Amino acid sequence: MTNSIPELEESDCILVTGSNTTEAHPLVASRILRAKQKGATLIVIDPRRTQIARYADIFVRQKLGTDVAWINGLMHIILKEGWENKEFISKRTEGIEELKKELENYPPEKVEEITGISRADLRRIAEAYAKAKNASIIYAMGITQHITGTDNVISLANLAMLTGNIGKASSGVNPLRGQNNVQGACDMGGLPDVYPGYQSVTNETIAKKFEESWNAKLSRKPGLTIMEMFQSIEEGKVKAMYIMGENPMVSDPDLKHVEHTLKKLELLVVQDIFLTETAKLAHIVLPGVSFAEKEGTFTSTDRRVQRVRKAIEPLGEAKADHEIICKIAKRMGNDSFNYDSEEKIFEEMTRLTPIYHGITYERIEKDGIQWPCTNSEDPGTPFLHKDQFSKGKGTFFPIPYREPAEIVDEEFPFWLTTGRIGFQYHSRTMSGVSPSLQKEAKEGYVEMNPFDAIQLGIEEGEKVKVISRRGTIEIKTKLSFNVGRNMVFIPFHYFESAANVLTNTAVDPISKIPEFKVCAVRLEKIEEENP
Amino acid sequence: MLSYETILTTCTYCGCGCGILLEVLDGRIIGTLPQKDHTITQGGLCIKGWNVHQFIYDQGRLKRPLVKRDGKFTETTWEEAIEEVATKLNRIKEEYGPDSICGLTSARCTNEENYIFQKWMRAVIGTNNVDHCARL
Repeated sequence: MTNSIPELEESDCILVTGSNTTEAHPLVASRILRAKQKGATLIVIDPRRTQIARYADIFVRQKLGTDVAWINGLMHIILKEGWENKEFISKRTEGIEELKKELENYPPEKVEEITGISRADLRRIAEAYAKAKNASIIYAMGITQHITGTDNVISLANLAMLTGNIGKASSGVNPLRGQNNVQGACDMGGLPDVYPGYQSVTNETIAKKFEESWNAKLSRKPGLTIMEMFQSIEEGKVKAMYIMGENPMVSDPDLKHVEHTLKKLELLVVQDIFLTETAKLAHIVLPGVSFAEKEGTFTSTDRRVQRVRKAIEPLGEAKADHEIICKIAKRMGNDSFNYDSEEKIFEEMTRLTPIYHGITYERIEKDGIQWPCTNSEDPGTPFLHKDQFSKGKGTFFPIPYREPAEIVDEEFPFWLTTGRIGFQYHSRTMSGVSPSLQKEAKEGYVEMNPFDAIQLGIEEGEKVKVISRRGTIEIKTKLSFNVGRNMVFIPFHYFESAANVLTNTAVDPISKIPEFKVCAVRLEKIEEENP
Repeated sequence: MLSYETILTTCTYCGCGCGILLEVLDGRIIGTLPQKDHTITQGGLCIKGWNVHQFIYDQGRLKRPLVKRDGKFTETTWEEAIEEVATKLNRIKEEYGPDSICGLTSARCTNEENYIFQKWMRAVIGTNNVDHCARL
């Protein structure tokens, strides 16, 4: 997030898109609703009428996978009406002319045709967002899980820069991260091309710094992303995989293929707290501990580094994940994995990571600190890009609209999108064994429009087949006007009726994120066998 | 006398980063409370937060290392498990090169654990093949 969660309360216009905020990030949603109470205009743009959409001043549904088109459409209107922030554009940005040229191709009538959002609504949204004093954009996986995920994010950044809605309190571009420490895992270099703090593995000076500290020769070649790993296993280039606390057997697209691929490995080691669907395929399973059994830190979606504290001793013989890795590293012949405490690990990390440099356990004993925090006096950074962008001037990138990878046709006439529900969490490893949560949402379902159901002769709660080019699942229906015609929604949490058996593996060329949010399916009644 | 204490920590579900108190009665977690003066929480939690302690003692929790022999898992000791993982990884690294090994680190684990994991992949195994489910 460029801003902090509490700042949202002071925004006077909040545009939520591709985020089911009340279900997936409830405590962010409560700030949005408070802003609305104080008079902010709430705009929700989502193919589904999510809970937060019901509170919106303006709610519109776009057709799946048409985000670049509506964002370009808004900017087209803003420029035409002269609502852009000319001072911000001239002082802090570059490339406006190229952007203007591309935007000429997005007149409201064309955008209406592509996206399904009416001209009048586009204009209302453009006006509310552009004329606000402090407008904020909130987005999540609904924007990123597309083959145009990077394009979508850049387009939102273009929109924010065009109106000067970035680089100040309560105004910016705010992705909501799905998992408690996905921000931290990225910050810590859990990515194939960067060391901790987003320092490139191809940069010679940086690589030398890490070589010196770790006393090892390091590869300058960026590694493989998850999707590339699976491909390389398929091609026989990758022989061993070590998975710590992840469950790709539920969370990845095209699960049948994931299973087939994992079985090809010579060695699969899984470290987890439960025997997950992925762990069942492993050769060796090592028991880690839950967050309540260890010390450490998490970094939340607004870059806030906070303490995790041990409340109880590990269950059975389970061990903290870092302890296990340190043991393996030492056994493999490396002696730089001796730490007395988690704090010692944190100190080594902050020494090597400029954006965390000024953070210590002592400083975050009570309240967290938001990075960048570069020295011991630095109070941290509630919002980013204050006087300039990290690279200097912000560049407008003209983005042409591209269609999703898979389009509905006669054989597969329904659009499928996937997402989360409030009572479950990701692959349900934890929420599925929590009695209070499980009671609320026992099993998966396919949400479909009642009119479509009537046409197919399908009833509420009936078990149907949902079929895509990748696979078939059987799942109960839930009829609801929350989805439009010719579209269905399936929460991806449930292994028993896994949405990701159906989803498309096509990925964004830059971020390599799979297009979970759009694919084509058909629905079939399950014929009862005659006795 | 039963001991009762609350431990201040951070919720492990979504990315909001809510401050919570785990209630510990005689060494066993019995409940979760919101931290009243936390910047994000302000005394409130969502339904997942209020119930975040519930999965901890689930009977499905793994308590010992498991190794698969003839398609079936059997329990083993830490020593043997670590030995087997390290030996096999070293052999694969030698036979096919460091880039034949890859690792998924975790958006569920702590910063310290993620740091150690990528350091191990990069400095010991010798590959940058490390990623996690940020995209999923």
